Amino acid sequence: MLKKQAYVAGGSPEAYDEMLQADGTPRPQYAELTRWLEGQTRDGFRHKQQEADAIFRRSGITFAVYGDAAASERLIPFDLIPRILAASEWRFLQRGIEQRVRALNTFLYDIYHRQEIVRAGRIPAEMVTGNSAFLPEMMGFDPPRNVYAHIIGTDIVRTGAGGFFVLEDNLRTPSGVSYMLENREAMMRLFPELFAAHRVAQIEQYPELLRQTLESVAPAQCDGDPTIAVLTPGMFNSAYFEHAFLADQMGVELVMGSDLIVEDGALFMRTIRGREQVHVLYRRIDDDFIDPLNFRADSLLGVPGLFDLYRAGKVTLVNAPGTGIADDKAIYAYVPEIVEFYTGEKPILNNVPTFRCAVDDECTHVLDNLQDLVVKEVHGSGGYGMLIGPHASKMQRREFASRIQANPSNYIAQPTLSLSTCPSFESNGIGPRHVDLRPFVLVGDQIRITPGGLTRVALKKGSLVVNSSQGGGTKDTWVLED
Amino acid sequence: MLGRTAASLFWMSRYMERAENIARLTEVGYRSALTPNSGGGHREDWRSILVAAGCLDAFEAKKRPATPEAIRAFLLLDRDHPSSVRSCVEIARNNARSVRTALTSEMWEALNSTWNELADLQPERIGPARLPEFLDWVRQRSAMFRGATIGTLLRTEGFHFSQIGAFLERADNTARILKMKYAVLLPGTGSSDRNAYQWETILRSVSAHRSYRHFFQEAYRPNNIAEFLILRQEMPRSLRYCTDQVQASLASLVELTERGQMGLALAGARYGKLAQVQIDALLRDGLGAFLDQFIIDTAEMAEAVADEFHFV
Amino acid sequence: MRIAISHQSEYTYDRDGGTTVQALRLSPPRHAGQSIEHWRISAPGIETAARYTDAFGNVVHLIASNGEAGPLRVAAEGVVHTTDTAGIVGLTDEAASPAVYLRETRLTKPSAAIAALAQSVHVHSHGVTDEMNTLHGLMATLHAQVAYEISSTHAATSAAEAFAGKRGVCQDHAHIFLSAARQLGIPSRYVTGYLLTDGADAEAAHHAWAEALVPHLGWVGFDPANKTCPTERYIRLAVGLDAAIAAPIRGVRRGPGAETLVVTVAVRQAGEQAPQQ
Repeated sequence: MLKKQAYVAGGSPEAYDEMLQADGTPRPQYAELTRWLEGQTRDGFRHKQQEADAIFRRSGITFAVYGDAAASERLIPFDLIPRILAASEWRFLQRGIEQRVRALNTFLYDIYHRQEIVRAGRIPAEMVTGNSAFLPEMMGFDPPRNVYAHIIGTDIVRTGAGGFFVLEDNLRTPSGVSYMLENREAMMRLFPELFAAHRVAQIEQYPELLRQTLESVAPAQCDGDPTIAVLTPGMFNSAYFEHAFLADQMGVELVMGSDLIVEDGALFMRTIRGREQVHVLYRRIDDDFIDPLNFRADSLLGVPGLFDLYRAGKVTLVNAPGTGIADDKAIYAYVPEIVEFYTGEKPILNNVPTFRCAVDDECTHVLDNLQDLVVKEVHGSGGYGMLIGPHASKMQRREFASRIQANPSNYIAQPTLSLSTCPSFESNGIGPRHVDLRPFVLVGDQIRITPGGLTRVALKKGSLVVNSSQGGGTKDTWVLED
Repeated sequence: MLGRTAASLFWMSRYMERAENIARLTEVGYRSALTPNSGGGHREDWRSILVAAGCLDAFEAKKRPATPEAIRAFLLLDRDHPSSVRSCVEIARNNARSVRTALTSEMWEALNSTWNELADLQPERIGPARLPEFLDWVRQRSAMFRGATIGTLLRTEGFHFSQIGAFLERADNTARILKMKYAVLLPGTGSSDRNAYQWETILRSVSAHRSYRHFFQEAYRPNNIAEFLILRQEMPRSLRYCTDQVQASLASLVELTERGQMGLALAGARYGKLAQVQIDALLRDGLGAFLDQFIIDTAEMAEAVADEFHFV
Repeated sequence: MRIAISHQSEYTYDRDGGTTVQALRLSPPRHAGQSIEHWRISAPGIETAARYTDAFGNVVHLIASNGEAGPLRVAAEGVVHTTDTAGIVGLTDEAASPAVYLRETRLTKPSAAIAALAQSVHVHSHGVTDEMNTLHGLMATLHAQVAYEISSTHAATSAAEAFAGKRGVCQDHAHIFLSAARQLGIPSRYVTGYLLTDGADAEAAHHAWAEALVPHLGWVGFDPANKTCPTERYIRLAVGLDAAIAAPIRGVRRGPGAETLVVTVAVRQAGEQAPQQ
């Protein structure tokens, strides 16, 4: 039996526990699950865990880890215990996320047009036009519906007394949505009784909503039904499974650069019946690589002239090139101002306090307090190139300090956050593990946020790193309906 | 369907078929090594197997002594040799992976688990004692994949590209085996022990030594063997049967896509010839030249299909 | 001045069967001091080209040829009227904001030597830069220090490399100028265009220079290779942050064999305009 007494809330005293309140009783949304957990056995869980692995293996859901040849196709560990959000919590998050993505899309429109926010002195010009993530070639272009970031995965953490904070906005090519969907599939097969006992908001409509979103941003010049394709760098990319999965679920072609040709001022894919025009390209290739004619000339992944076709309104690229400026870690610190500037409202969701090493005073503070801070590269992602002060050795900190001094504007720092914990299956039963949350947002003719999202969990006891590339796992995430 | 997807399905099945054929050829070599006094010596047998597998030059380029062990390792597990069983399965699996969503999960499982078992296999693990077991395993795996394809894949374009790949490869393989040994099938070849052994070898390499007896109900005779492997519609590895299958799939593709007429015309012309010609006439007019032309035509047919369906 | 221009590029290939995609910035703009009497681009696929105005105000045509045999010819020709404005182009209505023209690119990244050059020509008082005197000083110094020498550099030579070698062609002069001007916080851009010369010097007819944004005047041209501000003999074609971005023809070819390019540019003064009906 998995007694609830065996589960001690929180990995550390200051962490918020998703399941248990301070007095040890379950939060209302976890009441049913707690009862159910008490009826489970360790062997039963082990058995289910194996079943889950078999399900994922069969589906082919793998994640490639760079620089690790032996494990180049690995399953992301899946934790059986769902993470549950109450309806009221979700409504709050939904409002906060919607406000934020609306503001960020408006920000993108503005900085690629008149730059009112710069003229108003709210953000220094060099932070924008001098930023390497800013794409001058995008200036003056009106993307369909004025949407730049169509597919967004907002990383949210819950800390301290239970407040939600946005950690990253991920406006380029966020991944993970396939895990959200596959996790739900697996859970429904493994524990149908749980779904009978809860009103869990559905998520399986995501591929259809994605398709609708993509269709809604077809170029104005496209009359009739737009043809959509998903552009992948190929099967050695870490997220290849997801690219194939999404194309399959939407019923559209998964293409590589070599399948596409530019002809007669339009984009076509080579099919067995000859060429077929593509109107909307959901590209899962970074800006630098999408077009060797306009960007990195050595890219073999992209299509020469693709960007010109985009600017000529012949094809829509999703997300737009140049969205990276809005999720740049240096711009991140300005997002509360961005929200206020464009919406006239206070931000609903707060930022994690962030120190910009580009600013002298803040840099000094960072260097003096490295042991308490997490330092990140401005353009890094996936947990690479960061320093977790409290866990680093003196030598590592010294070495990192010299890197910061050499190029301060390349770094930001944040306090170490005690991410909330959620019960997770471990060899001895159930233990608290730190989690974050990535809800997935679609922006087209309207803003659609799939209830829940992907919960990433640091499976190593005490660890705060949830990235799958660094040993993190995932959980199914439930939003309970009222 | 993307041209690349069609190409990947074609090559996936073609390489799986090739893996099986290489395993069969290796088995022939292995058996001949067990047979005493097999005429020209074991070395010659292995050599002719490399010829039939179309990789004598590749082997010689490695400048290794032509011991049975070295040849076996080369044919089965060599990572640099694109037609080793290992490489064939790897290529088949990579093609499958790049079009994963065009396959059924049964097909993917069959291929992926085969590759997972093969990927780390060391040559030492399949010494003479374990070789037959390994070769059986390869054939079973190929059969499993074929069964998954036939049993689960929708009969749309993808299925037909897969079929065309498999049967062009099989036709090519049977033709090469015949080419390797055709001298012993020519009219007037006596039934010496040496020749009887060669005939058996041919039949074994296409797993037809037992079906021959069922079908003809008489001792091995060279023109029967030639007829069996070239002209009999009943024999699933015969040139005629393979051509028939390619033709059928191309006809379906023409119907589905209104393309592929050129490939279909080539297959139709070839099938018409195989359906009409008598074996005696074929042997009289020159079997070697016929086989050479057949192999060339097969390549041409593959090119026509690649071209018409934009394999990129 | 009425000037007739013919700009031909002929690409020949060892072997047929490749695919070529080209972005053409071959449409001279209209602005103070420059008007277009007629202009025509001929190239395979130009009728169906994707056409747009880029962030820097250039009209772009994207053409593609897939597998056609034989040489690929891109020709632009027409008649342009110019007047002398002492190099002042004024404000142009492109989308890019002035601050964009301070961005560093690979070709214009300043070296320590270029930074020093910038400081040496910097004219300012009470912390306020005197742009015109600074830019004229920069042009004169550059002209004196960097020798005009054909074939001493290539298309991918950066400003830093050319300045270190103290030799280059008009592209290199312009790049060093941009690099130094941006160091001083003066927005500046690369201009490619045509120059009417007295001789039949084809190399010089296809020309490049720099423009800087000067308060109250707008964009002002500087030609450090010739130590002059553009006159009525200059025809502006395309602009950008550097030569790669402002290239009149930028292409990617995929396919077998090597490519040979022959460019012919003829710029001549045309007689009086034929009477219009």
